[in-house]
Amino acid sequence: MMRLEKRPQPSGYWTALTPILAVVLTMLVGGVMFWALGKPPVEAIRTIFWDPLFHPQFAAYSRPQLLVKAGPLILIAIGLSIGFRAGIWNIGAEGQYIMGAVTGAAVGLAFYPSESVLLFPLMVIAGALGGWAWAMIPAVLKTRFGTNEILVSLMLVYVAENILASASANWLRSPEGMGFPGSRNFKQWPAVFNDELIANTGMHWGVVTAFIAVIAAYVMMARHIAGFNVRLTGEAPRAARFSGVSPARIVFLCLGLSGVLAGMAGLFEVTGPAGQISIDFGSGYGFTAIIVAFLGRLNPFGILAAGLLMALTYIGGELAQLMLGLPGASIQLFQGMLLFFLLATDVFTNYRVRLVRREVA
Amino acid sequence: MKRRTLLASAAALSLIAGSAFAQDKPKVAFVYVGPANDGGWSQHHHEAAMKMKAHFGDAIEVIEQESVPEGADAERVLTQMALSGADLIFTTSFGYMDPTINVAAKFPDVKFEHATGYKTAENVSVYSARFYEGRAVTGYLAGAMTKTNKIGYIGSFPIPEVIRGINSSYLHAKKANPDVEIAVVWLSTWFDPAKEADATQALLDQGADVVLAHTDSTAPLSVLAKAGAYGFGQAADMAEFKPEPRLSSIIDEWAPYYIERVQALIDGSWTSTNTWSGIGDGMVGIGEFTGPIPEEVLATATKMKEDIASGAYHPFTGPINKQDGSAWLAEGEVADDGTLAGMSFYVEGVSGDIPN
Amino acid sequence: MDPVLLVASIMVSATPILLAALGEMVVEKSGVLNLGVEGMMITGAVMGFAIAVSSGSPLLGFAGAAVSGAVLSLAFGFLTQYLLSNQVATGLGLTLVGLGLSALIGSNYEGQRAPALGKLDIPLLGDLPVLGRMLFSHDIMVYVSLALVAAVWAFLKFTRAGLILRAVGEDHASAHALGYKVVRVRLAAIAFGGACAGMGGAYVSLVRVPQWTEGMTAGAGWIALAIVVFASWRALGVLIGAYLFGGVTVIQLNLQAAGTTVPVELLSMSPYLITIIVLVIISARGAQGAPASLGRSFHASS
Repeated sequence: MMRLEKRPQPSGYWTALTPILAVVLTMLVGGVMFWALGKPPVEAIRTIFWDPLFHPQFAAYSRPQLLVKAGPLILIAIGLSIGFRAGIWNIGAEGQYIMGAVTGAAVGLAFYPSESVLLFPLMVIAGALGGWAWAMIPAVLKTRFGTNEILVSLMLVYVAENILASASANWLRSPEGMGFPGSRNFKQWPAVFNDELIANTGMHWGVVTAFIAVIAAYVMMARHIAGFNVRLTGEAPRAARFSGVSPARIVFLCLGLSGVLAGMAGLFEVTGPAGQISIDFGSGYGFTAIIVAFLGRLNPFGILAAGLLMALTYIGGELAQLMLGLPGASIQLFQGMLLFFLLATDVFTNYRVRLVRREVA
Repeated sequence: MKRRTLLASAAALSLIAGSAFAQDKPKVAFVYVGPANDGGWSQHHHEAAMKMKAHFGDAIEVIEQESVPEGADAERVLTQMALSGADLIFTTSFGYMDPTINVAAKFPDVKFEHATGYKTAENVSVYSARFYEGRAVTGYLAGAMTKTNKIGYIGSFPIPEVIRGINSSYLHAKKANPDVEIAVVWLSTWFDPAKEADATQALLDQGADVVLAHTDSTAPLSVLAKAGAYGFGQAADMAEFKPEPRLSSIIDEWAPYYIERVQALIDGSWTSTNTWSGIGDGMVGIGEFTGPIPEEVLATATKMKEDIASGAYHPFTGPINKQDGSAWLAEGEVADDGTLAGMSFYVEGVSGDIPN
Repeated sequence: MDPVLLVASIMVSATPILLAALGEMVVEKSGVLNLGVEGMMITGAVMGFAIAVSSGSPLLGFAGAAVSGAVLSLAFGFLTQYLLSNQVATGLGLTLVGLGLSALIGSNYEGQRAPALGKLDIPLLGDLPVLGRMLFSHDIMVYVSLALVAAVWAFLKFTRAGLILRAVGEDHASAHALGYKVVRVRLAAIAFGGACAGMGGAYVSLVRVPQWTEGMTAGAGWIALAIVVFASWRALGVLIGAYLFGGVTVIQLNLQAAGTTVPVELLSMSPYLITIIVLVIISARGAQGAPASLGRSFHASS
């Protein structure tokens, strides 16, 4: 029979190999699905994975769009991954993302129609604080009462969604919108519009911040004492306590950091690609980022790659709908499969599969 | 600085797009906010697109994308459509307004048609239907058919289109039944079958026995069928609920408009327009009357429909007061399109407040 | 406002989340956190509808929904229990898969009508003046859900199997040392949770709405997760929580229909705020409400 034996250290060889294996498996099974739907499988797979990068007509536009789509995912996932390393499960990033956007937008709109150059930085700070404050609720409850942060942060997502609904229908509604829900559009307000910094690169402030966050997280986790304490808390909580690491401080650090990054992601999104606060602004980035964090193995550079891969399936999926008429649902299923295969093959990274003879008692 | 980058990117994008226009077959694109088989709003646009496609046959190519969220994703999808060589793009939901305007600015050679919005440009037309004309007919039927003197109305968002619908329904229900009351429930969603079903049940529990829906699914009719109450098809005919509980329906007839606009594209005569058509132009259809409607009610409803179509009667003809009792339209006065387009008040007799 | 009709409506509106939350509670009691409830519910909704339409029997539809929910949940079980994948990520993946799969399966069933599940008129009790209409004239699934609450309560409290399930959830290493099959117990719990979620979804598509529409569960699975927490992992609490969550929606809609102006957003967020407060009270008392091994992978290394 087969049994799993835990590796003393995750296998570097398998860490690199499993994502490729998972993508190949997804292509095979997904291809069968597309074939069953009566669509050309090879063409569908090529459209999803190849065309956004190299198609002569689309690539010039969709390559930068990969960054636009991946930016918030990476930014949020970086924050989450640090908490996950410490065993702190913030799954309410969606709420922090929404609150960052709402707070930042509210601060900005309070100064409408100011053209001050200070306004945008002020909004970024407000957005970061909004996300941070929302993440501090589970942090305080956890350290003060020992309340489970998974559940509190999840509950707060729904509270945030209702605040968003009320903001877009009520107190942030555009006075010029003829009664339709939705705030003023930041794209028509040059002072705060988070535009591409260099034309046709997709690089807006959110993407830049995401790249900085990747490097900063790498430095922190690999070189800095705070990162060491985070890892120690996650891997050996007792040892961490003996060496003087305060569990409460780690909780505040991790939740605070992920709240700040998620809040900033929300602010950059609302002032940039989304353009306005609207009822369906929360498009699930906070939840997808959890997936990205795991696909990236909680490693900053892994997350960078995973965020780009996830964005590729979104944009490639849209192209496949457009050009081959694939149903939208099949793309969703395809993404689900990719995640399942990655999680399934992950077992080889942490465990060794041994064939053993059944022992005779 | 920013303006310059924008111009530069626009130039670059239109260069890329330019190569796509090599094919001579016109390409027409449609974007839907819901699944193309939602049974309501999006499905009806999709079916109209298919009728248009059948009309032109091989002369044109049609591409579609369903379930596109309003906001950042919409802008990307529209850009990709323009890049794929689409010549005319129909954006079929109000929330696509700003994305449509933004993308249209980058692709001056591509034409856009935005449904139910109010922002136009050189290459952006808007089109919408005078659904309130249909609401007059269904409202009249509702008033005539209620035995409890209470009709229910399921509202999505308190926007002018929905408020017009409520007012028109109430005014005409009252013509059939002076004692009628209208109860309004706001759902803050266009499409959530479970919530729509619960709202219908709540209205029934509160004594309403005819329910008009301004949301997109057939869930209200399913609940009404179970309860033995009456309702109407919304956006689509919803013929599977004939003869009861569905008494009639307001049908969005987009196909003739789509055919007309695509023809204009082929002829090279397309210009930016602002269309707001009703029963007379065939954009609002009234579905077959079914169920136990008395003869004289049928006759009046049919005449009302014909008079609206011919222009002999306008659903908002004075005297009408606002909810607070202040005068709005004097005897014989007809509402102007500007007031209707931005309607944000109830007429006298409707109880409750508009949210916010 | 008529309290009789109100209670009757709340019972119908709450049954889907009651079923799903009850299943998820058993799963969490065994130490597994399955965030894929929404995916299993929507799969149950479409499969239940499809089977009921083609067989003409709503009860067969519910049975099929339970089976398909369980099958889907076992995919999650296989990944998390045998391949030791992270439960949070796997659960989210399950939701993605369920939403996509259901939309593909259901595309042929849009616009169809399901066979009606008749009301169960209980003789004598159903004729009682007020309570009869309020409590005793529902369809059979309402009573099945209530019976399941009682059964789960009794199972966890009085049976040996229930004790083992709780032991596995509290401390899987000790349970393993005592010779209990941790993985098997958890798989059984996961399958039960999937079956309950599937039936909950089918209740939406066969009774509450009744029709099939893509994405029709609209977040009910996430509410079910909240209810489990609200209930602090007790069967009776799940019942109260489901009726409270369902009740807030129904009462809000009824208040509007009765012509009252209500702060819709404040009312809709209130159940979640109450849940957080309940959670804080439980943990402040020092009693950890959540099973101690919740969300942690188990690997028998010995």
